[in-house]
Amino acid sequence: MLRYALSRLISLGASLLVASGVVFFALEIVPGDPASYMLGMNASPETVAALRAELGLDTGALARYLGWVGGMLTGDFGISYTYRVPVAEMIVDRMQVSLPLAFYALFLSTAIAFPVGIWAASRRGSLADSGVMGVTQLGVAVPNFWFAMLLVLVFAINLRWFSAGGFPGWDKGFWGGMKALTLPAVALALPQASILARVMRSALLDTLGEDFIRTARAKGLTRGQALRRHALRNALIPVLTIIGLQFSFLLAGAIIIENVFFLPGLGRLVFQAISQRDLIVVESVLMLLVFAVVAVTFAVDLAYAAVDPRLRRRG
Amino acid sequence: MSLLEITGLDVSIHGTPVLRGVSMAVGPGEILGVIGESGSGKSMTALSVLRLLPEGAEMRGRIRLGGVDLTAQSEEAMCDLRGRTVGMIFQEPMTALNPLQCIGDQVAETVRIHHAAGRAEAMATAAATLERVGLTNDRFPLSRYPHELSGGQRQRVVIAMAIALRPKVLIADEPTTALDVTTQAQILHLLKRLVAEDGMGLMMITHDLAVVTGMADRLAIMKDGEVVETGGTAEVMQNLRHPYTRALFEASGHQPDRMAGDSGIPLLEVRNLTRRYPAGRRGMLGARRGFTAVSDVSFTLHHGESLGLVGESGCGKSTLSRAILGLEAVQGGRVWIDGGEVQAGEAMPASLRAKMQVVFQDPYGSFNPRHRVSRLVAEPFHLVRPVPTAREQRVAVARALEDVGLQGTDAHRYIHEFSGGQRQRIAIARALIIRPRLIILDEAVSALDVSIRAKILDLLADLSARYALSYLFISHDLSVVRAICDRVMVMKAGEIVEQGRADDVFENPQHEYTRALIAASPVLESAA
Amino acid sequence: MRALLTGGGIAGVFALAALVSFFWTPYDVEVMDISGKLAGPSPAHWFGTDHFGRDIFSMIMVGGRVSIAVAIVAVGIGIGIGVPLGLTAAAQRGSMLDELIMRGNDLVFAFPALLIAIMITAVFGPSAVNAIIAIGIFNVPVFARLVRGAALSLWTRDFILAARVSGKGKVRISVEHILPNVANLLIVQGTIQFSLGILAEAGLSYVGLGAQPPTPSWGRMLAESQTMIGFAPHLALFPGLAIVLAVLGLNLMGDGLRDLLDPRIRRVRT
Repeated sequence: MLRYALSRLISLGASLLVASGVVFFALEIVPGDPASYMLGMNASPETVAALRAELGLDTGALARYLGWVGGMLTGDFGISYTYRVPVAEMIVDRMQVSLPLAFYALFLSTAIAFPVGIWAASRRGSLADSGVMGVTQLGVAVPNFWFAMLLVLVFAINLRWFSAGGFPGWDKGFWGGMKALTLPAVALALPQASILARVMRSALLDTLGEDFIRTARAKGLTRGQALRRHALRNALIPVLTIIGLQFSFLLAGAIIIENVFFLPGLGRLVFQAISQRDLIVVESVLMLLVFAVVAVTFAVDLAYAAVDPRLRRRG
Repeated sequence: MSLLEITGLDVSIHGTPVLRGVSMAVGPGEILGVIGESGSGKSMTALSVLRLLPEGAEMRGRIRLGGVDLTAQSEEAMCDLRGRTVGMIFQEPMTALNPLQCIGDQVAETVRIHHAAGRAEAMATAAATLERVGLTNDRFPLSRYPHELSGGQRQRVVIAMAIALRPKVLIADEPTTALDVTTQAQILHLLKRLVAEDGMGLMMITHDLAVVTGMADRLAIMKDGEVVETGGTAEVMQNLRHPYTRALFEASGHQPDRMAGDSGIPLLEVRNLTRRYPAGRRGMLGARRGFTAVSDVSFTLHHGESLGLVGESGCGKSTLSRAILGLEAVQGGRVWIDGGEVQAGEAMPASLRAKMQVVFQDPYGSFNPRHRVSRLVAEPFHLVRPVPTAREQRVAVARALEDVGLQGTDAHRYIHEFSGGQRQRIAIARALIIRPRLIILDEAVSALDVSIRAKILDLLADLSARYALSYLFISHDLSVVRAICDRVMVMKAGEIVEQGRADDVFENPQHEYTRALIAASPVLESAA
Repeated sequence: MRALLTGGGIAGVFALAALVSFFWTPYDVEVMDISGKLAGPSPAHWFGTDHFGRDIFSMIMVGGRVSIAVAIVAVGIGIGIGVPLGLTAAAQRGSMLDELIMRGNDLVFAFPALLIAIMITAVFGPSAVNAIIAIGIFNVPVFARLVRGAALSLWTRDFILAARVSGKGKVRISVEHILPNVANLLIVQGTIQFSLGILAEAGLSYVGLGAQPPTPSWGRMLAESQTMIGFAPHLALFPGLAIVLAVLGLNLMGDGLRDLLDPRIRRVRT
């Protein structure tokens, strides 16, 4: 088990390293001179020279890359050019919105999808099953940011149950923060829950066709018992894969959804940084998001091993 | 006095009848052998007893178990009966167990689900039952997972689950078909012992006459959803009253009419062949472990000869055949075909490759489902220089199809339109079309019903005489090898442990493994 | 079959509307009419007008062009690069090349399309081409993995061995035997990626990383409608419905195709 975890960790660490190379190449090498790019056309040669010195552009690309990676490993992401504050501070600030939002949505989508998927699978072919399939078919097709706008229209503008946007900050109380994140999380979660419920259902139905389910039935288990005791855990393996993939979609979705609700998260930060050509911030946020995706992949790999004894023994 | 009595059972699935008026009975301590070829309805009969028929099935008739009519029971009552009063064992042990649950829990579940005991007591029963089926707790603790066990061991676990509550009736549906002969013999022995110990009635379903005639008290022969004959085993075998019974017995012991064609001139020479696998790395930190599939194998096959290669699964016979065909690089030794040396990969000249062809076991996996038969059969023309014209190919394909007993017009059809036996004929046509010297038959008749197998064996005998073909006949089934081969080799763990004239090896085996194999192989007592 | 026809019908209507928009739309989408702005649906303007008085129905017709073009090219990139990669990886199973392709896939999977789009936009500025590249790159590992997985199981089948016995090389077998047998999977997955591409394009346009003004696109129409949703909800309603319907149609079509094509695959496999 430890060996399996370690080998996955090394392989994911390697992809993280390569990813950092890609980001560095795209944002530091491709634009030519990042300093003049960040300052735009009208900058005076003196300011450009000053920024070049600040960014250390006089040194070689490799040395800069190593410095950048080394800095990130020690928590030093550099200084934002636009705001003149450490990028790490800005990111930590914004993460307090984006991360809870993503996990809130992940929790909601899983909490909805599991029971719905199981329910539909156990009533295969019934009216309830067709109903679930129809609703989820629709849910898969709805863009989450549009759904978010509809939620705002109904629950914020018409019913006035929620505010249409903004974030009070966690220091104003936990529930106030959660309330502000609820509509965005629901908007993110429902389309994902539709996908997950469909996957859960089909994985269960596939598993129910396996030989060992017939064996279980021959032992005297009812259909429902066979589903709960044997099919469910086996169906979890494909479902875990989808949950892992979904997290990266949720993260991307969160970045978009933040714009609908004017939430001060990483998404708003990165779009601002793009328009202000603040490459240092863009680089850091990208690496952070890639790191999040890779970390979740690792968590899913561990979850596989927890579910499946066949993986545990592999070195 | 019967324990289980099936009377006038009709079953149809979505309106298509699959069983018609099936009647049979099993008494306590009695073994009933239910025999039939694929599609005869023998498995449906078993599933009817447990009322586990597929969706859309309708049944009529009566199934009485100890005075209770099972057809009239509620689903709830059936759940109570299954596993407690009737146990069942299935064909495929590799997939019959939940891969994510340890064997102790799976056996204990039978006890727990029927509220026969608490958790601790159920685990104790599981341990005792696993001991009973020969999985001693010191070597096979309850915490083992199915993937840590071999096929035969898994089948023992399945049996343990079925008998944990000492049911009155045990139904075994082809319980040994997926197993090697030596393992099969052990499982059959175990089943007989359990019947004797518990006084169970055993309904033993199989396609293999030899397996069941040695142990059954009574036989029921099924064909196309009907029981054609039933009675005491000795009586049925002596009288062979029904024509189908007679045909079945004849096909099972079928000896194709052929003459030894050994010319004494070497065609295939294999010298000190060794094939090692570098056992794929497991993860980044995993150690590489080697595995030798074929070790220092040498033999010669003569022009016109039919040479058998016998061994159990995993002994390296298929690896050997792939090495001979030049499909895999070898780590030692050399192979010559008709004087030319075999090399792996594209280094081997096409003219040399054209001297060998192959027929595989699985009649379903052997063909690209997207191509028509004409294209499938013509594929080996890739090896012929100059490549024949389209017209020449068409003529050759039609000829080859007629050679194997099909029609030239079948060339326009797709493979899924043919039955298993017909597909095996098409595979032979494909192997035949470029007139190779040697055809490797890799378990080529193992997946076929006995009656079809007999016909394919006849075809092979006929073709070898007509086209001076040599065969390397690979099989796990000793009786088939004996029927068609001049000489035979016995392979175990990558090595040839014995080779010689077929009759000599079977009559007077020298190696102890050969003796064990022959002893384990069920023999159909010749009654005809 | 019903799903296939319904889905195909819906998708066909959108494709047709986008095509027709090249020659004719009810109103010119570049002409503003401030006096008639923010009108609700009416016989003259079926879906109403926007804050510049442009006809929303016409804009949706024209907007479909971008969505469809981006999604088609992105699927093309995915298939064009991903399928050869997947076939190669499967044919060279276990080799360094296979390992390299699979690790490359993992790497690209760590960059959702949005991140790629952010990266490209940060350097080159926003455009519809960014969206195509970003979604296209994301499609590559999807197809590469799909093809590799299916091809690996095909490579173990006896008919491949038979082809090798007939002296055929790996490239030839990949083209003659593997490709036709994964074609069904590609059609089904292609349809799904097409619908995902439309969703992704809408998202990118919505945050300003996709098609730029004055080209109308569904995502940007939604972005512009956002501040007016309180008093002109029809601005947000119709482009959103267009996305939902187009995606729904394609998904239904994908499901229908799977039902139509898959049983044969499955029957052959067992």
